[in-house]
Amino acid sequence: MPRRRRDAVVRRGIRHVGRAIALQPRIFAAALLGSSLFAVMTVASAYVIGEITDRVILPSFDEGSASTAALALAVAAIIGVALLRIVGIIGRRLLSGIMQYRLQAQMRREVTGQYLRLPLSWHQQHPTGQLLSNANSDVEAAWFFVAPLAFGLGAVIIIVITGGAMVATDPLLALIGVVIFPLVFVINALYSQVMSPRQQRAQQLRAEVSEIAHESFDAALVVKTLGREESETERFNARAGELRDGLISVGRIRGLFDPLIESLPNLGTLAVLLVGAHRVADGAIDVGELVSIAYLFTLLALPIRAIGWVLAELPRALAGYDRITPVLEATGETPYGPEDAATASGGAALGLQGIGYTFAGVERPAVRDVTFDVPAGGTVAVVGPTGSGKSTLAGLLVRLVDPADGTVLLDGLDIRSLREGQVSDQAAFVAQQAFLFDDTVRGNITLGGPYTDEDVWAALRVAAADDFVTALPDGLDTHVGERGASLSGGQRQRLALARAIVRRPRLLVLDDATSAVDPAVEARILDALRASDAPATVVVVAYRQATIALADEVVWFEHGRAVARGSHEYLLGEVPGYADLVRAYTQAEGVPA
Amino acid sequence: MTVTLPDEDRREGAIQTLRRGLRMMPEFRRGLPLTVLLAVLATAGRVVVPIAVQQVLDRGIGAEGGPDLDFVTWVVLGCAVVVVLTAVAVYRMNLRLFRTTETALAGLRVRAFRHVHDLSAVHQQADKRGALVSRVTSDVDQLSQFMQWGGVLGLISFGQLLVATVVMFVYSWQLTLVVLVCFVPLGIAVRWFAAELAVVYGLVRERIGDLLAAVSESVVGASTVRAYGVRERTAERIDAAIDRHYRAAVDAQRVAVGVFVSGELAAALANAALVVAGIYLGLAGDISAGTLVAFLFLVTLFVAPVQTASEVINEAQNALAGFRRVLDILDTEPDVRDPATAAPESSLHLPDGVLGVRFDHVTFRYAPGARKALDDVDLTIAPRRRVAIVGETGSGKTTFAKLVTRLMDPVEGRVLLGSDDAGWVPLSDVAFGSLRARVVMVPQDGFLFDATVADNVRYGAPTISDAEVTRAFADLGLTDWVEGLPHGVTSPVGQRGESLSAGERQLVAVARAYVADPDLLVLDEATSAVDPATEQRLTRALDTLTAGRTTLTIAHRLSTAERADEILVVDAGHVVQRGSHAELVGTDGTYARLHASWRRSSAGEPEPVA
Ligand SMILES: Nc1ncnc2c1ncn2[C@@H]1O[C@H](COP(=O)(O)OP(=O)(O)OP(=O)(O)O)[C@@H](O)[C@H]1O
Ligand SMILES: Nc1ncnc2c1ncn2[C@@H]1O[C@H](COP(=O)(O)OP(=O)(O)OP(=O)(O)O)[C@@H](O)[C@H]1O
Ligand SMILES: [Mg+2]
Ligand SMILES: [Mg+2]
Repeated sequence: MPRRRRDAVVRRGIRHVGRAIALQPRIFAAALLGSSLFAVMTVASAYVIGEITDRVILPSFDEGSASTAALALAVAAIIGVALLRIVGIIGRRLLSGIMQYRLQAQMRREVTGQYLRLPLSWHQQHPTGQLLSNANSDVEAAWFFVAPLAFGLGAVIIIVITGGAMVATDPLLALIGVVIFPLVFVINALYSQVMSPRQQRAQQLRAEVSEIAHESFDAALVVKTLGREESETERFNARAGELRDGLISVGRIRGLFDPLIESLPNLGTLAVLLVGAHRVADGAIDVGELVSIAYLFTLLALPIRAIGWVLAELPRALAGYDRITPVLEATGETPYGPEDAATASGGAALGLQGIGYTFAGVERPAVRDVTFDVPAGGTVAVVGPTGSGKSTLAGLLVRLVDPADGTVLLDGLDIRSLREGQVSDQAAFVAQQAFLFDDTVRGNITLGGPYTDEDVWAALRVAAADDFVTALPDGLDTHVGERGASLSGGQRQRLALARAIVRRPRLLVLDDATSAVDPAVEARILDALRASDAPATVVVVAYRQATIALADEVVWFEHGRAVARGSHEYLLGEVPGYADLVRAYTQAEGVPA
Repeated sequence: MTVTLPDEDRREGAIQTLRRGLRMMPEFRRGLPLTVLLAVLATAGRVVVPIAVQQVLDRGIGAEGGPDLDFVTWVVLGCAVVVVLTAVAVYRMNLRLFRTTETALAGLRVRAFRHVHDLSAVHQQADKRGALVSRVTSDVDQLSQFMQWGGVLGLISFGQLLVATVVMFVYSWQLTLVVLVCFVPLGIAVRWFAAELAVVYGLVRERIGDLLAAVSESVVGASTVRAYGVRERTAERIDAAIDRHYRAAVDAQRVAVGVFVSGELAAALANAALVVAGIYLGLAGDISAGTLVAFLFLVTLFVAPVQTASEVINEAQNALAGFRRVLDILDTEPDVRDPATAAPESSLHLPDGVLGVRFDHVTFRYAPGARKALDDVDLTIAPRRRVAIVGETGSGKTTFAKLVTRLMDPVEGRVLLGSDDAGWVPLSDVAFGSLRARVVMVPQDGFLFDATVADNVRYGAPTISDAEVTRAFADLGLTDWVEGLPHGVTSPVGQRGESLSAGERQLVAVARAYVADPDLLVLDEATSAVDPATEQRLTRALDTLTAGRTTLTIAHRLSTAERADEILVVDAGHVVQRGSHAELVGTDGTYARLHASWRRSSAGEPEPVA
């Protein structure tokens, strides 16, 4: 069993190398060419020095004079070989680097592309810090071995040349060389087996450290306000400590592997000397032959080390790759249909038929069996207590998630049958918590859409954000910082509103998106949307009576169900929970509504 | 603090960085001498073998009168022992090195992490979370990776270089000089390259930070990305960050190749010079042919570590670039420092009893030259008061709250806490331990940790049990809600609390502050997403529970203001009105206007057309 596992690691490692080559075959071929040139020139330089010794140095000393021509030739040979070697180095190094970084970049694009494709339910189960670690450290680990790869493979040439020369000189001595290689691979197989679980653990811990760091930095304000820096540090320290131990245990194996691999050629050389001396004594070979075999053997150290580097990195590469594969293979992307949405201007008709949605890992559905229609241009207010499922419903309307049961119809078409981008073209959604990108004010509003500055200003005016944007140091070009950090909460909310308004959506979904906005502003927004000849359809989650009063119909939500529907007055009379909720403030003071 | 280093800073010398780093990593120095000793042993082993080979060939096999088999056997066996001992020494050295460096780096990670939390809120917000994460993860990893081989190799190469030089000197000082002269240009080139590498690798590290920030943003903003159909645009932004990193990495590789090429050139130069100089020296009778031939072999002992060293220098600069980024965080002076550590002798505790708040001509701006977010605010809030702070969006309410809780310090003026009876203490002198225990704020965007409801509440009072958490919710009138959760208080809340609804998250955040049992409670829009009925119940319960304490409540829902003892009306950074609801509502002013509007909206009356 352990044998099989060991083979598996090695075999998977080799397959992984194949994958790298298959992904960047041309660059790899060129890098290999460079590396081969380097290898050949390395052997050549030893040869050149030998020739110079024989043909220039020794004759000069014998004759007591040096021929300038011969000297010049010697110098030219040395420099020439060195230049070719340099060409090889440049080719190998630069191209290996390019190959490694290309593989990284390509995989990062795939991984982050997957992050953008996978559904929100997937995201909820994967901590951001871990995803960062996947995109960074795991990708890096997966292709780190590429840097010495061409070198290692190119060095095989050195082995072949020296091996050939050795066999030609003395097959018996060559045998010693042959013995070394299986040893390298046996040691590596053992190493891989011991190393793999440790590397997996190290990568896992890296992700966990990243997870804690991301969460903790995200929570910085809470940590500060409650004075919990110490305990957060303790939490991080515990995991950083585990990572340290994990890395030390990786180091322990690596620290053994490296000297072991390094000493092999040395021991081989010594063995050659010993056996060779006997062979010389026996008269099987002459001294010159032994000398050249000994030199050839010292040359072998380099390729063995280079191959050792590649092999040593493979367990880590697999650990990284194995952590990325589940991301790349995760399914659940939102499927899109072939249909185009209606191109009519004005509000879209919205239909909900038996909608149900249950979050993963929870038994109770957050929304169930919700059925209602909003006619084109109509306004519906969704009202309900905290946690009753309003946001979940709002998300379903704009296809942030797909319902488990039922269908959402936009102009009579199931929104799942629409092409990608069609729903967001038609509908704008302002979430309960405004999210701004680390971009300019303009960028946050247009999101790259074709809107002129006039459009943007008009939207800002409607959202009552024009005053403060004008006062910003660079106006529309002001960077708002990560998640809009340099703005106040209400200012962020207004930009998020402007972002929806500028799109002139046919369906606008406001999820309690005006909590920090003056009622007057809110009324203006709704007026602006309804004022035109072809008014937008609006679904608004709200508590304020003024907002609710603007609605044609109110849907009362409780425990995920649309329990009652009707006009505001009707619900006030018929649904006690509704009356309690919308009149909470006025009742408190005894003011009649 | 977005630390984008100018090239000058990135060029900071390796030695300086190391010195800076060693100060930050005391663990590193522990046990270093023995490690260095082992490195010396390892070096000896590396040099001994090639020399022995040469000796055996020269004297054993090439001995006059045929091979001297005994000599060969002894030398080979002796060398084999040395090889094995070397391997053992390298292994031991690796172990020690890994242990010390990983311990030191873990310490560094933790210190940097802690330091991020010690920075002021303004500082923290200025940097991107993804980039901050990269400083305690990938930047440190870069160092660790280097230490796993580079540090060792560097030490060994250096030793090897020394030994080789000495051996060369023994053979022929003249030829040694020739070799050294040939390597002088390399020395100069390497200095230049090192500085250049520092810059390019610094850029690479920065790009990784940017990349992580872009990914973090796209993940956290996933629903906005989907709702607005901007997947492609977001992908383009991330891809651009990926490309920028790629280009920086390839540029760095280019410079690195330059280092190796120079090493190679120097070696070739040395070889050629040796042949020429050796022959002329030989002809002059200074050296023998044997010496020259031996020297040609010896010089490879010198060249090999030089080549390895250039590799090490390259990787070292890469690691140093990460190191610098970590150290830069550590060297960023927190602008709001805990007096207990900054000036222990003068640090104070808050006076006993309920706390009031005094602003002594306080002015605040978020950046030099920026508009004043608060302008010369001068007021005293007596202890035990329930104060509502109202004002239009962006008027400076949150800024006010952050100054009271010392998340930042005023640009001008002072904030004091205390009371007339117990005395007033400048906030900037109050030890954080005392401050955070007694002054608690529920921030506008509350944050929950990926844990259970109870764990999150316990964040405010680490020692309480689940039962006490349940009781706290009961105190706040939220029993129904807790019972409705799938697993009561042990229900998980998900990342950032996203498995709860926005209102539910706020309930947990309020409970968390309540169990912290502060003397001064600051609520910044703490219940803005909670439905009005629940909110009324909750705030009423809180009113009773916090009776006798001081509370500052910021809310757009003016029901809070109606019930408050006192209202502060903020407008464009000024406190423009102050008084009770009864006093202010009848006075023509900002409050009356805000209130009328709110009243109309909550009563469902239409807005007058503006
Ligand atoms: N990702 C999730 N995983 C599990 N449960 C969830 C998740 N998101 C929400 N819920 C649960 O689903 C229910 C409905 O949540 P939703 O956010 O739709 O409420 P809401 O009506 O918008 O509340 P609020 O008024 O507080 O915004 C809540 O009980 C909440 O705890
Ligand atoms: N980190 C920051 N950097 C720069 N400017 C900021 C920062 N935070 C707030 N501001 C600016 O300071 C001013 C006051 O902001 P503050 O957050 O105190 O407003 P607020 O009264 O709390 O508003 P809201 O009701 O919207 O929460 C605003 O103009 C805002 O843009
Ligand atoms: Mg909601
Ligand atoms: Mg605020």
